[in-house]
Amino acid sequence: MLARDKSSLKRTPLHALHVARGGKMVPFAGYEMPVQYPAGVLKEHLHARSSAGLFDVSHMGQLALRPKSGQVEDAALALERLVPQDIVAVAPGRQRYAQFTNEDGGILDDLMVANFGDHLFVVVNAACKAEDEAHLRAHLSEACVIDSLTDRALVALQGPKAESALAKLCPDVTAMRFMDTGPRKVGGFDCFVSRSGYTGEDGFEISVPAEHAETLVTALLDNADVLPIGLGARDSLRLEAGLCLYGHDIDTTTTPVEGALEWSVQKSRRSGGARAGGFPGAEKILSQFEKGASRRRVGLRTEGRAPVREGALLFTDSASSEPIGKVTSGGFGPSLNAPVAMGYLPTSLSANGTSVFAEVRGQRLPLQVAAMPFVPNTYKR
Amino acid sequence: MTTLFTSDHEWLLIEGDVATIGVTDYAQSQLGDVVFVELPKVGRSLKKAEAAAVVESVKAASDVYAPISGEVVEVNEALVAEPALVNSDAGGKAWFFKLKIADRSELGGLMDEAAYKAHRA
Repeated sequence: MLARDKSSLKRTPLHALHVARGGKMVPFAGYEMPVQYPAGVLKEHLHARSSAGLFDVSHMGQLALRPKSGQVEDAALALERLVPQDIVAVAPGRQRYAQFTNEDGGILDDLMVANFGDHLFVVVNAACKAEDEAHLRAHLSEACVIDSLTDRALVALQGPKAESALAKLCPDVTAMRFMDTGPRKVGGFDCFVSRSGYTGEDGFEISVPAEHAETLVTALLDNADVLPIGLGARDSLRLEAGLCLYGHDIDTTTTPVEGALEWSVQKSRRSGGARAGGFPGAEKILSQFEKGASRRRVGLRTEGRAPVREGALLFTDSASSEPIGKVTSGGFGPSLNAPVAMGYLPTSLSANGTSVFAEVRGQRLPLQVAAMPFVPNTYKR
Repeated sequence: MTTLFTSDHEWLLIEGDVATIGVTDYAQSQLGDVVFVELPKVGRSLKKAEAAAVVESVKAASDVYAPISGEVVEVNEALVAEPALVNSDAGGKAWFFKLKIADRSELGGLMDEAAYKAHRA
């Protein structure tokens, strides 16, 4: 992921804006992205929780799946062959969280799937977007025309003042509920707006034609409530919200059940459901729904002030030599003013309140399994 | 009283046979918001370049190295209680620890302020 040569890195349509606003640019998933602005990670994080934060997520992949039959249900049925979610049931103007699975039940990527009435709109992770597009073309080309929407930027506006800030440019957004989505005019531009995000806060994600991205974002940032937020705070916000980071908390070696994502697999795709199975790794995943999995993703809180970071090994006590699990994301939660982490533990040790130890710089630090989200979400349902 | 600097962006205030050690303002600006500091135990003997303290921002952990060899004679407990001091007063109140200098010849390898400014530029 670390590119040695900055010149090989791609830039988003908002690159000049980031630099002009003092963004500290770092390599991320093949792009030059702002990790923070002069305000710093702590202030940016707290601002997104108390007011509104603007995030450039244009590095993510945006694709349209257009059914050749003209019936969006055919695109939904086709996509259901790759994900364990009920896509047919996603109503027009709604979106749903999903995962591409592999034959072993592991997760190839996680994504958002929106029903735009006559086609599906999907958003995938930056680091996986080339593989995801190839995967879609390999399996869906018979049913769908797959358009990679590389001419669009994507921004997120998150926080309690996101609605009022966006409503100045698009009054309709006040009527939207969590996971509502669809085309909207924002500041006169043809955008796709969804009421969703990656912070645990109420907020919106806005896909905008690349050539208008800077104008739109400048208009949003002209509002004193809105500050630009870098990847640093994006990570601490999503961690406090208990949301998975692909490639860290979930990957090809973790199933949706092990990843504690059962809530995202609708009954219709589970054993006994109307369209049970029929996705890669269904046998393993559905068996884990019935019999349970041997390990599980959990939230972890420390007793002390020392953050426990990704990669730290977990143990049952302060002396045992065999690790029982590993931290997959960890850091400091500015809203909690305390360290927070998530990781994998044997299911038998995954109940809230269970005591475990993490090894940090040769010392065993006490941790407790804790409910997620660590910070309650404020979605407008 | 002399202040010296290392290429790892630490400063040393030399008073007699004791060196007070901290990180420079440039270092704190690179670290970002400091949320946790771990200090060495008083009485610990440190070798030059040994990891002596830990400073953590929201995003990452970094080591503070012993710029010279010596015994830890005092640590700044105020930093443990208020890690953000590193950001607000890196060159002053946010000193990390004091070492009893073991080998004065090691000071010869350090930079004065002018040399450090040139190094940073």
